[in-house]
Amino acid sequence: MFNLMKFLKPFSGLIFIIFILLFAQAMSDLALPNYLSRIVNVGIQQNGIKNAAPEVMRASEMEKIERFMDKSDRAFVEKNYLLLDRQKLSPADCKTYLKKYPGLEHEKLYVLNIKDEVETDRLNAVFLAPVMTVYTIEKTGISSLTGNSAMPGDLDPYAYLDQLPSGEREALLKTMRQNISGIESGLINQTAINYISNEYETVGLNVAGIQRGYIMSTGGFMLIFAFLGTVCSITVGFLSARIAAGFGRDTRKRLFGRVEQFSNMEFDRFTTASLITRTTNDTEQIQIFLVMMLRMVFYAPMMAVGAIIMVLREDVSMLWLIAIGVVFIIMMICVEFYVAIPRFKIIQKLVDRLNQVTREILTGLMVIRAFNSQKYQEAKFDEANRDLTKITMFINGVMVIMMPVMMLIMNGVMLSIIWFGAHRIEMGALQVGSMMAFMQYAMHIIMSFLIVSVTFMMMPRAGVSAQRISEVIETEPAVRDPENPAKFDPDRKGHVEFQNVSFKYPGADDYVLRDVSFRAVPGETIAFVGGTGSGKSTLINLIPRFYDVTEGRIVIDGADIRDVTQHDLREKIGYVPQKSMLFSGTIESNIKYADENASYEDVRKAADISQSIEFIDQNEDGFKAGIAQGGANLSGGQKQRLSIARAIAGKPDIYIFDDSFSALDFKTDAALRRVLKEETRNSTVMIVGQRISTIMNADRIVVIHKGNVAGIGSHKTLMEECDVYRELALSQLSKEELQQ
Amino acid sequence: MSEREDLRRSDGQFGKLPVKGADQQKVPMGPGPFGRGPGGPMGTGMGGEKARNFRNSMMMLFRYLGAYKYSIIMMLILSVLSTLFMIIGPMLMGNVTTKLFEGVMAKVSHAQGAGMDFTYIGKIILLLACLYIISSIFTYLQGLLMSNVSIKVTYELRKEISEKISRLPLKYFDTRSYGDILSRITNDVDTISNTLNQGLSQIVTSVSTIIGIILMMAYISILMTLVSLLMLPISLGLVSFIIRKSQKLYKRQRDYLGRVNGHVEEMYSGHNVMRAFNGEERSIARFDELNEELYKVGWKSQFFSGLMMPVTMFVGNLGYVAICILGGYLVINRVIRVGDIQAFIQYVRSFNMPISQAANIASMMQSTAAAAERVFEFLAEEEETPEAETPIRPEKITGRVAFRDVSFGYSPDKIIINNFSADIKEGQKVAIVGPTGAGKTTMVKLLMRFYDVNSGAILLDGIDIREMARKELRSNFGMVLQDTWLFNGTIRENIRYGRNDATDEEVVNAAKIANVDHVIHYLPKGYDMELNEEAGNVSQGEKQLLTIARAMLADPKILILDEATSSVDTMTEILIQRAIERLMKGRTSFIIAHRLSTIRNADIILVMKDGAIVEQGGHNELLAAKGFYASMYNSQFEDASTA
Repeated sequence: MFNLMKFLKPFSGLIFIIFILLFAQAMSDLALPNYLSRIVNVGIQQNGIKNAAPEVMRASEMEKIERFMDKSDRAFVEKNYLLLDRQKLSPADCKTYLKKYPGLEHEKLYVLNIKDEVETDRLNAVFLAPVMTVYTIEKTGISSLTGNSAMPGDLDPYAYLDQLPSGEREALLKTMRQNISGIESGLINQTAINYISNEYETVGLNVAGIQRGYIMSTGGFMLIFAFLGTVCSITVGFLSARIAAGFGRDTRKRLFGRVEQFSNMEFDRFTTASLITRTTNDTEQIQIFLVMMLRMVFYAPMMAVGAIIMVLREDVSMLWLIAIGVVFIIMMICVEFYVAIPRFKIIQKLVDRLNQVTREILTGLMVIRAFNSQKYQEAKFDEANRDLTKITMFINGVMVIMMPVMMLIMNGVMLSIIWFGAHRIEMGALQVGSMMAFMQYAMHIIMSFLIVSVTFMMMPRAGVSAQRISEVIETEPAVRDPENPAKFDPDRKGHVEFQNVSFKYPGADDYVLRDVSFRAVPGETIAFVGGTGSGKSTLINLIPRFYDVTEGRIVIDGADIRDVTQHDLREKIGYVPQKSMLFSGTIESNIKYADENASYEDVRKAADISQSIEFIDQNEDGFKAGIAQGGANLSGGQKQRLSIARAIAGKPDIYIFDDSFSALDFKTDAALRRVLKEETRNSTVMIVGQRISTIMNADRIVVIHKGNVAGIGSHKTLMEECDVYRELALSQLSKEELQQ
Repeated sequence: MSEREDLRRSDGQFGKLPVKGADQQKVPMGPGPFGRGPGGPMGTGMGGEKARNFRNSMMMLFRYLGAYKYSIIMMLILSVLSTLFMIIGPMLMGNVTTKLFEGVMAKVSHAQGAGMDFTYIGKIILLLACLYIISSIFTYLQGLLMSNVSIKVTYELRKEISEKISRLPLKYFDTRSYGDILSRITNDVDTISNTLNQGLSQIVTSVSTIIGIILMMAYISILMTLVSLLMLPISLGLVSFIIRKSQKLYKRQRDYLGRVNGHVEEMYSGHNVMRAFNGEERSIARFDELNEELYKVGWKSQFFSGLMMPVTMFVGNLGYVAICILGGYLVINRVIRVGDIQAFIQYVRSFNMPISQAANIASMMQSTAAAAERVFEFLAEEEETPEAETPIRPEKITGRVAFRDVSFGYSPDKIIINNFSADIKEGQKVAIVGPTGAGKTTMVKLLMRFYDVNSGAILLDGIDIREMARKELRSNFGMVLQDTWLFNGTIRENIRYGRNDATDEEVVNAAKIANVDHVIHYLPKGYDMELNEEAGNVSQGEKQLLTIARAMLADPKILILDEATSSVDTMTEILIQRAIERLMKGRTSFIIAHRLSTIRNADIILVMKDGAIVEQGGHNELLAAKGFYASMYNSQFEDASTA
């Protein structure tokens, strides 16, 4: 996983932006419940009044309240309030103020003279207790605060306080202050605001209007945040799509570029099929995982941080409920996956088994019917089907639990929040709106952790993919170009010499080829025969450097083939593989693959020599006829002929035919080789063959037996001298045929 | 290459024209060899496959489900109930909140007996806990029921398909790839099973959730319900716009991915050729081009499918804000209570999921219908011509074969065997020769009644083979084909395939005669060695010997042999030849011959060209006729004689 991280470097700037945006998105998402809480707490409960420090107050009330402030507080209040007196105001001012505060008609008013938030907060603090005191006195009488029931009931409490001697008064005020401070601050705040709200009404303010205004403006903020969150989320989606696709593109490119340099050594090690999956499927896996990572996984911690910030502003005491919910959800998912994942692997195996049995039935249609064993195969299928059904049954049983349990956990958290929240509210430590918001924070947080844990379950899979990709990227090809490449002798064209060549696969104990030496010159046809696994194909694959020799050397036209570039080397060679391989395109594009600049005449001639012209001309599109991937729309013989044509079109110095006539019938084979002999008059031709009839006319035949050269010579000499060759020949042709 | 493909090609029916098939194959699309690929951005529905007749296919599926109607009805009841219980929750929670709020307000205004009514709150919470638990249990039971139904249906469908395969005529498979049938067994059945497993209950839950929520909301406040429902068309409109757009992009992205993957596959498989012709730069240039295009489409597709979430979230949030504002206003005016806002918010939030599910359901249904159509179509496919009503059961077959004016063509308008007649006596050898692709295996298929002749008759011991039961007929034939078909299982089981009641000794005996006994002894675990897929752990030659042993054990009267042994080494080839010689002794044999010695020793040579029998007779007779056979025979040694 981490090996691939470095390829994310070009995107690190964008990823940083994503982090910021995700945080903004999380904060916006969380802002909504927060505003909801304000609508309930302030908008509804407090009639939209935020502060205990009144905006306006009758002078008489202010006097009552100031009575319970100390000197400095009183001074602070007086500094910040303006006393409005109808008599002293200019008529114009008076008119505007009257409009605003109709109560001015009857009484002098104090109006708040500052807008500064900090000062307002300080004023709030100053006002809270005195307002509470006054409110309590008015509602329940002064005795409820002093505890002194001996006070005369009909007396105005303020007058009573005023007439007390200052010492006694101070003592009484102190008790009252103590009593007040024993009440939960939340309750004080709400009570104070309730009082202020009444005061506003008395002064003639439109409290309902204030309330509406507050709700609307809060709603406005909500809209802004909803919009902001969406913009962030969409931008994150945009950036992560580009990053993931870009990363996918780069990784694929790196992989492909690397694999194109691989020699057969690496292909053997990884296998072609695996290299294909690594380049295609694994890259895709990573790409998908990356998007999930950028959009979901990174989001959860942002959410968690944001939520903690939000909750800290309200009431931390219930955070543990959310934590428990998160833990439960993660635990459940872990258990589920612990039980399910190993079985998913089994399921995959059983599905493979089912497919394999089906494939067997399909590929063996004729044989099965010939042996009348349909029932046997059906029973076999049924067994595989049953096994699969059984385990699916179990897994489904496990997976089905997930949803209801998840819902139960979520709802359990909700109910607990209400239960514990109710107690906190009772204590005055929490407001109803905050509890409502809290429920939604909980939902958000648990959900985002749910997504993270599911994503993490994908991690191992993506990790395996990443591992498989970096394995390829980090593999150095075994066959490399030299730093200072040499050049071929320009005067020689097709001199091939094996000098004591031995070869073994890396890690293998045994040599595939041992001490092979021979020489081939232009105009000569040299054939290699031997049983399966004798090493003859390996030998021929050493010439284009699909593998490098382990010991000894191969010299072509005066240069060790490891000293020239692979490009120069392969320019000289026309290679016809054992398994005909054509590329999608047209017949022409395939023949021209050897030489892009080949003229139409060249192409036609190559097709002619390879005996392909007949079937090409039969087709209405001729050379422009399409070829499907791998030449799937051609027969084996046609493919083989075209791949011979391709080699011819390159006009190489050296021809390599790796058992390239096997799919041709005798007639075509014979015709082809007759013309080919003419064409290759000045080239070196190397043929690997199974059929004796294919190679018996070669100038020289190299008999390979178990990696060793068992004999070199013409058909005639070998028939006389080489046992291996004779046996091989006799197994295929009768004596008289061999002598013909 | 698999046996069937090989046979098909050699029929000369296919692969003749290099063009026709090309366009379909040039751009490999879809998951193909790369596995199923990850689901589309919207999950199930992205297949884009459409049923030709949606209604019919769905009706068939429902009829098929008839057997499970009680389970399904139970599931429906359970999911409706569990949804209902779930839906009551928010309202009751809202009531608790209201209660709390009233308590606070009372306290603030120092009302008499102010305080929280914890007994009430406790009661409601307990009630809710019960409801939630019951609802969860119901959800679980419902899921379990449906998953069992879907698993059973999956099992049954697969079983039926596998049994259907044996009853279909071979002709059916000529025009279809294995991949197609395999995908019916796996992908299509899986699609159906998934829909049953989740889709069905999802529809029910979504619908009952939506209806339930709307009712609950309307009960609380009609005005607020209307405002929240206003968000619905917006949401649906946006969602369907995004889905449409992103499906289009997704398809394009799959196309380009297919092209990139196709190029990768092609270049890796042709790595040697590419390197041999210095094709690296060309290959990389092409790759870069495709890769860049994929990137361009890829990020757009990813981005668009990723839009779904934020956009639905945004609409959801709009509803949320509307509820907060309107709710606040209504609470002030004493139309609703504080807790109702909370309930509403929860309702609106739980609205999102069923709606995006509903958007998926349509496309899920589409792909299910397509899958069901393919599966039921396969199951309804015409089966082999029924056996003769009273099949003749000859006592003992000697192995005389006669062709009487046989005409045959794979399609009626293209007769390839015209009025062919021949008499083959007991124990005679018939060599079928001809160039690659001449249709040599057609004869074999006719003999064993994989195909029926169009006119004329093939007689076995004087009996028209159509008068015999296929089973009876085929038990008289033994086959050793070039493409050796062995199945997964031990070597012993594979040999015994020839005759199921053979004893172990008989198996070993057959192996001995087939020259494979000593080879088996060298293999790990000997006769009990498992042959794996395509039997890759045993060499080609050894496989051939095993099929000979298998045929030997069956002890048929008539043998069908394919001689080609191109990929077998010398020693094994000699072994195979000797084993075949032994096998042929005393049996009538049809040999698809490659070896001249075999051909010359044959009693009758059938020369085939382009799917038709062009000449028939003995070796010398045919040489004297100086026809196609003569030219073919001579061409082989032309070279040798000129050398």
